[in-house]
Amino acid sequence: MVRFTNIGLRYPEGRGQWALSGLDFLLETGSFTWLLGPSGAGKSSVLGLMHLAVRPTAGRMEVLGQDVARMRRGALPGLRRRIGVVFQDYRLLPHLNAYENVALPLRIQGLTEQRLRADVTEMLRWVGLLERADAAPASLSGGEQQRLALARAVVARPALLVADEPTGNLDGAQARRVIALLREMHRLGTTVVVATHSEALPEEYPAPALRLEAGRLLSHG
Amino acid sequence: MADRNAFRMRRLRGRDPLGLRRALAGWLLPALVAAMALLAAMALTGAQGAGSLAARWEQAAAGQILVQLPPEGLGPALDRLSALPGVASATPVPDARLREFLRPWLGEVPGLPLPAMVEMRISDPSAETAIRAAAADIPGALVEERGEAVTQALRVANGVRGLAWVILAIIVLVATALVAVATRAGIAARSQTITILHELGARDSDIAGRFARRLGWLCTLGALGGLAIALPALWLLADAAIPVAMARPAALADLPWWGLASLPLVAGTIGWITARLTVGAWLRRLP
Repeated sequence: MVRFTNIGLRYPEGRGQWALSGLDFLLETGSFTWLLGPSGAGKSSVLGLMHLAVRPTAGRMEVLGQDVARMRRGALPGLRRRIGVVFQDYRLLPHLNAYENVALPLRIQGLTEQRLRADVTEMLRWVGLLERADAAPASLSGGEQQRLALARAVVARPALLVADEPTGNLDGAQARRVIALLREMHRLGTTVVVATHSEALPEEYPAPALRLEAGRLLSHG
Repeated sequence: MADRNAFRMRRLRGRDPLGLRRALAGWLLPALVAAMALLAAMALTGAQGAGSLAARWEQAAAGQILVQLPPEGLGPALDRLSALPGVASATPVPDARLREFLRPWLGEVPGLPLPAMVEMRISDPSAETAIRAAAADIPGALVEERGEAVTQALRVANGVRGLAWVILAIIVLVATALVAVATRAGIAARSQTITILHELGARDSDIAGRFARRLGWLCTLGALGGLAIALPALWLLADAAIPVAMARPAALADLPWWGLASLPLVAGTIGWITARLTVGAWLRRLP
């Protein structure tokens, strides 16, 4: 469950401008939600708040039942480990191969190689990259990198999965494949939030949507 | 076999998700730490050497007093001084030995009247006061003001020892600054990776700990290298200086082994703590 109550966000470098203001919404556990809006509407900021990359300047925010504003900083990593993130620019680690990139969240949780190997292998197979396990991210195509980023985001079985423009750089076939994987995670019970500026995707895959414009929520439903 | 190799490679890479083996791979830091360790080894040995020399001089000066007596009436004065409590012996310095001492300055002067000099060894330091009191009652007697030369020498030796400790403190400060700079360079090279790990749920202690282990290891390696160069050099120096300063051959115990052996550990600890604090401070800027 994700609940935003009158949330506002101002970046330190933003010269006092509110990037987000007055956001109120509730995402139920196990829901699939589109986060829509043009570039600069604040979609990435909303996702950043959800995966605790930034903390709100104003308002109250609950993520997976935790009141984030009241949490000690030292308690945040534990909550972050329950959230999977697919970044717009993938953010794969270039010095690690595909296998190690996917294994990263499990290593952060302290799992040994023996215990994580089966899960990482399964994830690579799920996204169709098992044969490329030893490949460096730079040697993968855009679609492969996106699927690898998705595998890394879900390998720890997160309760909440947020994806920022996961199809932005992909052709139609690759984009459909990534969306199918996200919907599969939703089917397995994960709360999924996908930000996109595309109007075609929500039409093709209908689901509740949050529509943003200039940092404000235009509609929810 | 190929599978086993791939598994091993993955395990090795997995131990270094920050890529610090590559980001902090240069030999500059270990080389600089080696130079610091070399200087620290020299300073430690210098401190111990100056301390030993000061102790030797102090011991020698504390047990011996030279009294000048008029040649006439030497016998009764000598008896009186010998009888004082705490005096182990009172031996007149032979006239020939006195003339031998003076020859470099005065040449051969057989007719020159010389005072009688008595070398007194004391077993109790409080005897010195009694000797001075007794000498004050003997007309023409003088107790050597020991010590001006010895005191100066002791002052120099203690000064050298103090200076060595100051140098050690400076070395620790410079090493700390070096590690802090290297750590900042590592952070700059891996800032994006650190941010990603942070956002994936890595704790500050996990990230800072990886830097600390890497920097601690590099500093330990550097100190071991510096020590490997320092030991033969220090032994050669001790072998040349100790026969002159201490009038005996150099021995293994003349080197400060405990201090030298602890250098890699101290260097590693400086690297570990400095890196951990530097990275910790940087991470606290993240949410």
